[in-house]
Amino acid sequence: MSAHADSLAAAQTVEGYNFAYLDEQTKRMIRRSLLKAVAIPGYQVPFASREMPLPYGWGTGGIQVTASILGACDTLKVIDQGADDTTNAVNIRAFFARTAGVATTTRTEEASVIQTRHRIPETPLTDQQILVYQVPIPEPLRWLEPRERETRMLHALGEYGLMQVSLYEDIAQHGRIAKTYNYPVQVSGGYIMAPSPIPKFDNPKLHRNPALQLFGAGREKRIYAVPPYTDVRSLDFDDYPFDVEHWDTACALCGATDSYLDEIVTDDAGGRRYVCSDSDYCDRRRQAGDTGAAR
Amino acid sequence: MYVAVKGGAEAIANSLQLLAQTRRGDPQAADLGVAQIREQLGLAVDRVMAEGALYDRELAALALKQACGDVQEAVFLLRAYRTTLPRFGYARAVDTQAMAVRRRISATYKDLPGGQVLGPSFDYTQRLLDFQLLADGEAPAAPEDAEDPVAPTMPGVLQHLDRDGLIEPSPADDATETPADVTRAPVTYPAGRDTWLQMLARGDEGYLLALAYSTQRGYGNAHPFAGEIRLGEVAVGFVPEELGFEVEIAEVTLTECQMINQFQGSEAAPPQFTRGYGLTFGHNERKAMSMALVDRALRSRELGEQLVAPAQDQEFVLAHSDNVEASGFVQHLKLPHYVDFQSELVMLRELRRRFHESRYTREAAE
Repeated sequence: MSAHADSLAAAQTVEGYNFAYLDEQTKRMIRRSLLKAVAIPGYQVPFASREMPLPYGWGTGGIQVTASILGACDTLKVIDQGADDTTNAVNIRAFFARTAGVATTTRTEEASVIQTRHRIPETPLTDQQILVYQVPIPEPLRWLEPRERETRMLHALGEYGLMQVSLYEDIAQHGRIAKTYNYPVQVSGGYIMAPSPIPKFDNPKLHRNPALQLFGAGREKRIYAVPPYTDVRSLDFDDYPFDVEHWDTACALCGATDSYLDEIVTDDAGGRRYVCSDSDYCDRRRQAGDTGAAR
Repeated sequence: MYVAVKGGAEAIANSLQLLAQTRRGDPQAADLGVAQIREQLGLAVDRVMAEGALYDRELAALALKQACGDVQEAVFLLRAYRTTLPRFGYARAVDTQAMAVRRRISATYKDLPGGQVLGPSFDYTQRLLDFQLLADGEAPAAPEDAEDPVAPTMPGVLQHLDRDGLIEPSPADDATETPADVTRAPVTYPAGRDTWLQMLARGDEGYLLALAYSTQRGYGNAHPFAGEIRLGEVAVGFVPEELGFEVEIAEVTLTECQMINQFQGSEAAPPQFTRGYGLTFGHNERKAMSMALVDRALRSRELGEQLVAPAQDQEFVLAHSDNVEASGFVQHLKLPHYVDFQSELVMLRELRRRFHESRYTREAAE
């Protein structure tokens, strides 16, 4: 995390606002919540979320976390749907370039802080990196019990029968667990956690990841964390083990068979091709000479 | 060949440019001044101040101009500005009894000390379009002064009931206790009344109106009377630590509504009237009345009433009252969801494949 001095030393890029937009008192409050979140993996720490100049639901939680940990020497990468060039990622990256003046990058391994919506990069992360997730609904039990008062109690008691029953009902009805994204996980054998709406394809990357993973939910005013090298288990049953999405095809651009693929509709006659959702991963493979065209 | 489906910085820049152009509209029409909005669209300004939770007529008018008149967008702009302001302390509770009243009406008494002061209101208009306003409007003349000038301060209506014990006493004015601050601490449920009154004061007017309306239509057990509605100016006092005494730092316009509601009584309390309270920045009676009705509905639990209606459900009412939160989250559906959607497609295709396979197997067996 950045030192306080870093923030003060940096020139104010936008007049009238502090380094990285938030005032230092707010950052301190958020850092305290982050410390608590890291100390209790998977526990949703309430924090006094601020109004941000971007709308709720568009990454205000992630932005507040990023703003609080960012120092002048950091290099920031922002992705949405795995890509650096989606409109919201462009907007958030521009926000920090304007308010913090930090270096930005699209290359996963160059970034010290990566803010993400809906994906974990394909390139493995290191213990020198922090991954900040934008979280719409932090409560994994929300769809089973809408009331905060109740869900807090269920977490406190470790009473997760509801969730098990819900997974079982999927199997009874569909012959498999039908959750595809925001697939619930158990952190370090304790709290059940919503990994944010990443596809379940990314869930295995949560497990024992060397990077610090921070989750910010601005509208819902919650922060939680998965410390480096922490066990994260996707919920399943012995006879119905957790499984990820598979494609019969490779990326049409780089030929990758190990990445999450986006489906691109190419004409109105049902034509479609599949390309990597992680644009940096795809670009790097193509630069290295891989091609999907030959396959 | 593969076409870029993901947006980019250039597209965003162009969109912003188009927005700026659209905001200005036809340059043949005169540019709208912020002062004109402040003075002539005053009720819109009041609403933006109330829901934006910042008393500043100038900035609220600016926000309305910047937002092309979209009230919720203007509220959002004001909130995003407000959040960056340093907090140097809390004002003393304002004394609405000492309000310089411009309008004060009661629906429970025909006449009362201080009288019914109608003030400026749409209530007594016929809703006919005034085509004269299409032409340049001349400044209308002020009405003649009343024979009896409005009293400088006016006692509240409810104190007449208070004296006889017919209405529950107002909660003690405990100035030593710092009230909750929903902008500085996350709300936890169950929330206290100080918390929910703040949230309702910032809450969306349309949402509160609908909830209040629902309590009148049988979803809840409201039997309300508008005990008093008052509009006017009150002084805001502040005690700077270094001075140690109160100084007046501002004068704000407020609308206050005291709603009187029936209460059947319980084992602990005799039958008596109960209170619902509404207070907003500026002139906003619809909001103040709605807030008072919803406040009373939220007190159902404390009063031992049956909880049966949406308006009585604290978490439901409060968690969805903020239009900056609601508008943001509803509209975030415009953001790309390709990844999650792809995940659903993979699952759906697999489920459909299994469905058809199993049907084929069944049919083959028959």
